[in-house]
Amino acid sequence: MFGFHYKLERHTIPFVLAIIFVAGIGGIVEIAPLFTIGETVEEAPDMRVYTPLELAGRNIYIREGCYACHSQMIRTLRDEVERYGPYSLAVESQYDHPMLWGSKRTGPDLARVGGKYSDAWHVAHLDDPRSVVPQSVMPAYTWLDDTQLVTEDLGQHLAAMRRVGVPYTDKMIANAAADVYGQANPDSDRASGVAERYGEETNVRAFDGEPGPVTEMDALVAYLQILGRLTDAAHEQQALEGDLR
Amino acid sequence: MVAGLTKGERQFAIVISVVLALCGLFLAGAGHQRPLGVHGLLIAFLGIATVFVVLSGYIAPEPSEERLSSYYDDPSKAGIIIAMIWAIFAMFIGDWVAWLLAYPEMTFDAAWASFGRLRPVHTTGVIFGFGGNALIATSFHVMQRTCRARMPDQLSPWFVLLGYNLFCILAVSGYFIGVTQSKEYAEPEWYADIWLVIVWVTYFVLYLRTLARRQEPHIYVANWYYLAFILVVAVLHIVNNLAVPVSLGHAKSYSAFSGVQDAMTQWWYGHNAVAFFLTAGFLGMLYYYLPKRAERPIFSYRLSIISFWGITFLYMWAGSHHLHYTALPHWVQTLGMTFSVMLLVPSWASAGNALLTLNGAWHRVRDDATLRFMMVAAVFYGISTFEGSFLAIRPVNSLSHYTDWTVGHVHAGALGWVAFITFGSIYAVVPILWKRERMYSARLVEVHFWLALAGTLIYVFAMWNSGIIQGLMWRTYTESGTLAYSFIDSLVAMHPYYVARAIGGLLFLIGAAIGFYNIWMTVRTAREEPLEPVADRPIASDTPAGAVQPGE
Repeated sequence: MFGFHYKLERHTIPFVLAIIFVAGIGGIVEIAPLFTIGETVEEAPDMRVYTPLELAGRNIYIREGCYACHSQMIRTLRDEVERYGPYSLAVESQYDHPMLWGSKRTGPDLARVGGKYSDAWHVAHLDDPRSVVPQSVMPAYTWLDDTQLVTEDLGQHLAAMRRVGVPYTDKMIANAAADVYGQANPDSDRASGVAERYGEETNVRAFDGEPGPVTEMDALVAYLQILGRLTDAAHEQQALEGDLR
Repeated sequence: MVAGLTKGERQFAIVISVVLALCGLFLAGAGHQRPLGVHGLLIAFLGIATVFVVLSGYIAPEPSEERLSSYYDDPSKAGIIIAMIWAIFAMFIGDWVAWLLAYPEMTFDAAWASFGRLRPVHTTGVIFGFGGNALIATSFHVMQRTCRARMPDQLSPWFVLLGYNLFCILAVSGYFIGVTQSKEYAEPEWYADIWLVIVWVTYFVLYLRTLARRQEPHIYVANWYYLAFILVVAVLHIVNNLAVPVSLGHAKSYSAFSGVQDAMTQWWYGHNAVAFFLTAGFLGMLYYYLPKRAERPIFSYRLSIISFWGITFLYMWAGSHHLHYTALPHWVQTLGMTFSVMLLVPSWASAGNALLTLNGAWHRVRDDATLRFMMVAAVFYGISTFEGSFLAIRPVNSLSHYTDWTVGHVHAGALGWVAFITFGSIYAVVPILWKRERMYSARLVEVHFWLALAGTLIYVFAMWNSGIIQGLMWRTYTESGTLAYSFIDSLVAMHPYYVARAIGGLLFLIGAAIGFYNIWMTVRTAREEPLEPVADRPIASDTPAGAVQPGE
């Protein structure tokens, strides 16, 4: 073996090919089957896609680096399930390009934060975290409330998401900007289109507390309020396992 | 810099800069009023500035043929200085964010200065800015010496070094203005990623071309590691960054993968960035500078072979240990755990090989802080690879994951191993590159060593404490069977450790600043006649390449 290596290390190209071959095996064996084995991702017929407003909120979450301190992945451990809710299923992030599972909890997990607090709480908390949680070390995001959301290119965003496999329809893409306005303005005539395209259970509210122009605060709160609520699959799974016990 | 290029290379440099500037202008136009427009203007500005720099030296006489009988070290010199600038900048940001976790108001009321945007500035700055530049600079030095051959041309090393730094600048400036993919350690967006591929291919080709000119029949161990670093990082980078941009005028892109596949791809990348960027590359440094400085041959050639192939094979399986108990299928978690534990064998083989090389040179370790930097690096390499294998065991991971223990583990590796071997190598190579007898001040190297060691230990102990306390508090139950602590209780308990960590980081930063001063003074203090070691020259290229050397 060492004699063979003594020869190999005299030839650059064979050495390079050997590195690629040896290093390639692990990744191929572990990653490729995840795309082909059907049971990797559960079936969830009720799973819906993000509305353009929620997607814009998600992009703000990414832009501000929230994932550096908040995970979105509840592990299959008793204390996590009791603290945060049913453990996360793969299907719940199947439309997440990229996923935001996170790797560190400086703050709590957010996988099921949707509906846990009121919109007003989120707005106050993002504006000045220590006004609602005195011991918090979270940064204040004071600029979200006065920054208008850029909406005119959201159709292009949905189209890009469709290219990577998310089932947005032509109507959703064409109406993206209108749906953003409608979802944050329940009394406007554009509100009904949101429920029509994304389902009756979609949150249609003035998330930042003020109807009218859509702010980044609207988008981020809309996103936080949908976390864990795109499908009921995880709750059904928990109920099923409870019955078995 | 320009004086070292031939006429043809100067012309080619102008062409490249003009093309770059045009690409920048295109992005500036397409991304008008969006973050991409800012980056386009930045690229165009840097391209045009480079044109002017080259033009200003254009009429200088061409370098003489004599250059071919010496090594080409100018890019290495520049790379070392740039690496130190990144070190100071990124460690400063790191310490700032450390204080932010203890005192969250210690910032400006502005988006760019919030924790979430600064954190990737720190990680990218230290890993890619400091580590990457040090790797490029030392790899140029090492590959020429171990091949006994000069690099094939003068332009491509500059393209690699400066192009790589353009990538780093795009990355870091992007985070400040909100451009990020959110993939940890792969945050830069699509256009920066494409640019890095171009730079990286040039780097690889340059390495191959220099190896092809070698006057030694064997490729030395250090080069195996540098090669593995370049090759595998390229593969990881390309696969993990596959994405569809919103348009050519948007910085934003959407990852090709989603959910569980994206998570696995990301941590396959993330863990092997640790393996092939932060381990293989720096082992290349270790395998050259440690035996050189100790004036002892590597303890065991066979151990080198076993550990090299062990690391190359096993590491690629280990990434899934970042996803224990998640929605990732169980079989992948189990594979990741198993291979992570096996990884201890080649890791300790490397660390042991390095430490055993010091047998017979321990008096030097005692007297020479430069060699002591490298020795401590090997020790920390051993400690953090043991810790890594341990944390990858599923039940252990249930406690440690998501806590500061991971942060402590990363810094045991990044400070204790990566930064220590880098500082040791830099102190070893600076006098050689600038042809000085020694560093400006051996005393300051000594001061740097103790500051760095104290800083690392304080940091790591603080994070072990906070991580384990956090993990335990999250899973503690009262007698009536309910969770004993709220999340915020665990956060409050972290405060003293966060202060300690920030102090440790500050000591490390001060040490690096002293190191930079020492390097700067070594460069500035000119000797009357620079040292010209006869041995530090390539073998005359009239001997056919690959010729059998005496003693073989």
